Amino acid sequence: MKNFRWFVPTLYILFLMAPIYWLLNMSFKTTNEILGGFSLWPKDFTIDSYVEILTNPVWYNGYINSLSYVLLNMIISVSFALPAAYAFSRYRFLGDKHLFFWLLTNRMAPPAVFALPFLQLYSSMGLFDTPLAVALAHALFNIPLSVWILEGFMSGVPKEIDETAYIDGYSFPRFFVKIFMPLIASGIGVTAFFVFMFSWVELLLAKTLTSVAAKPIAAVMTRTSSTAGYELGLLAAAGVLTIIPGAIVIWFVRNHIAKGFAMGRV
Amino acid sequence: MLELRNVSKRVGAELHIRDVSLKLEPGSLNVLLGPTLSGKTSLMRLMAGLDRPTEGSVWVDGKDATGVPVQKRNVAMVYQQFINYPTLTVYENIASPLRLSGASKAEIDAEVQKAAKLMQLTEFLDRTPLSLSGGQQQRTALARAVVKKADLVLLDEPLANLDYKLREELREELPKIFAESGTVFVYATTEPTEALLLGGNTATLNEGRVTQFAPTVEAFRNPVDITTAQTFSDPPMNTIEVTKTKNTFNLSGGAQLIVPKGYWTLEDGPYTIGFRAHHLKMSSPAETTKNEPLKAVVLITEITGSESFVHVNCTGQNWVMIARGVHNYDPGDAIELFIDTRHLLVFDAEGTTIHSATEQQAA
Repeated sequence: MKNFRWFVPTLYILFLMAPIYWLLNMSFKTTNEILGGFSLWPKDFTIDSYVEILTNPVWYNGYINSLSYVLLNMIISVSFALPAAYAFSRYRFLGDKHLFFWLLTNRMAPPAVFALPFLQLYSSMGLFDTPLAVALAHALFNIPLSVWILEGFMSGVPKEIDETAYIDGYSFPRFFVKIFMPLIASGIGVTAFFVFMFSWVELLLAKTLTSVAAKPIAAVMTRTSSTAGYELGLLAAAGVLTIIPGAIVIWFVRNHIAKGFAMGRV
Repeated sequence: MLELRNVSKRVGAELHIRDVSLKLEPGSLNVLLGPTLSGKTSLMRLMAGLDRPTEGSVWVDGKDATGVPVQKRNVAMVYQQFINYPTLTVYENIASPLRLSGASKAEIDAEVQKAAKLMQLTEFLDRTPLSLSGGQQQRTALARAVVKKADLVLLDEPLANLDYKLREELREELPKIFAESGTVFVYATTEPTEALLLGGNTATLNEGRVTQFAPTVEAFRNPVDITTAQTFSDPPMNTIEVTKTKNTFNLSGGAQLIVPKGYWTLEDGPYTIGFRAHHLKMSSPAETTKNEPLKAVVLITEITGSESFVHVNCTGQNWVMIARGVHNYDPGDAIELFIDTRHLLVFDAEGTTIHSATEQQAA
């Protein structure tokens, strides 16, 4: 029995990895081979799909567009959520608890609800089809989430540290940047990660609020067929490239994320 | 000099500080003594300028400083919890107030090294506070207060979480360190013993009121009322209701005490008398031989080694007796007790002290 302890986890990992492997497998095949039949590995190994994506502006602009609104959204969300979370964690004001809870309700509605109002609003303001439009729309969901996560981390820092800093002579901005932010660095990391994840994965708003100039990669990927017929190899390669940024971000925050979960805020 | 004038602090519906007026002289050592939740920390926060009083004003060196933010006051404060900047090294922690005051590098280094030596932290300067023991963390916080050379130093139960030996050492050191520079030194504690060891002046606090502010020994010997006496007594002061008729105190349980010399001028009537645990004796003190022993039942005995704390029920009251040596009574044992009536505190119905032992008699 002892010698089979590896068996169940291995089986589990195999199941988890299967679709990812299949995607990777497909991305190195030609479309003909994919449609031709079942093969566990590419018989006719090719990197043409990747070359196509990295050289064709229609494809690689999709990545640039996606990354630019995701990054923009991360900056907006975290920089607005930091002061808001600090206020929730340190001050008592009229209706603070209700307001804090109300933030969460923003996340209860599906993004689709907001697609129409955003589309009309941004069209009339000339924001339509820009990365900023998507970034702002995503902020509606990401700022509440960020406030919620950051507040948990901030409340873990004793208020007396703030006061000691003031007594030492720190002004508020200086204290916040030099003392406080390093203290909640892992909180900021975890927040950035979740913000990234939502914004990177979200498709509906990103697709609705853009047409050509700011078209996200997920939208590009969904044009499954072209004049040349099905391009499954190309789509698979795009899928692989879409997973990579997420994997990189997870790698950076892997040590902090457990802390976020332990605080029960994520 | 720091002066509080009729200061009150309300938080929500609760009154945390009630009409406190205090005058603290430069170079003085002041103890805030009171049980938990008596308002020691609230009062210190008002002194520091961390909180703004709801009513009244705070004066620093003759100037109204009520609304002045804490950054603009020259204050140092040490909390009961070990508060340091976890991301900075011990060196940077101590240097922090100096850096902000714009001192030169050489100056900072000299001051930090001096303070670190004083607090025996020299070898830990490159570590971060959280990798140190509790005592070392608190000494880091104290060192930061030392280097600042503040006009007002507030220590909020700074030694409460330290081990016994370190406490004794620091309790002796701290007042000396700060006395030199002419600062107003304020030290909050829950322990009467600590107040007496520190000396100086003591303000006894109860439910947000300063019940008495006087030189420590004076406050201990002659508390102005029963609350002060209770606050400044460890173990709690023993009390009993009595009625004085001519030369006897009639105790509520039926026993009698002869009114001792010095208390004869009291008018007849009902009083509360109080006496400290070490004035409850197992053998009759010489001058009160005429008193009959009081019958008591042992509730529990705590032995510390050189002393035994015997909790008894006597005439319907729960009292504590401190007896020298080891006395191992079982709960329920019947014993006979004597009150050393030379040291009685007599309170009227409102709790105001109307007679306390004169200085020569007090022990």
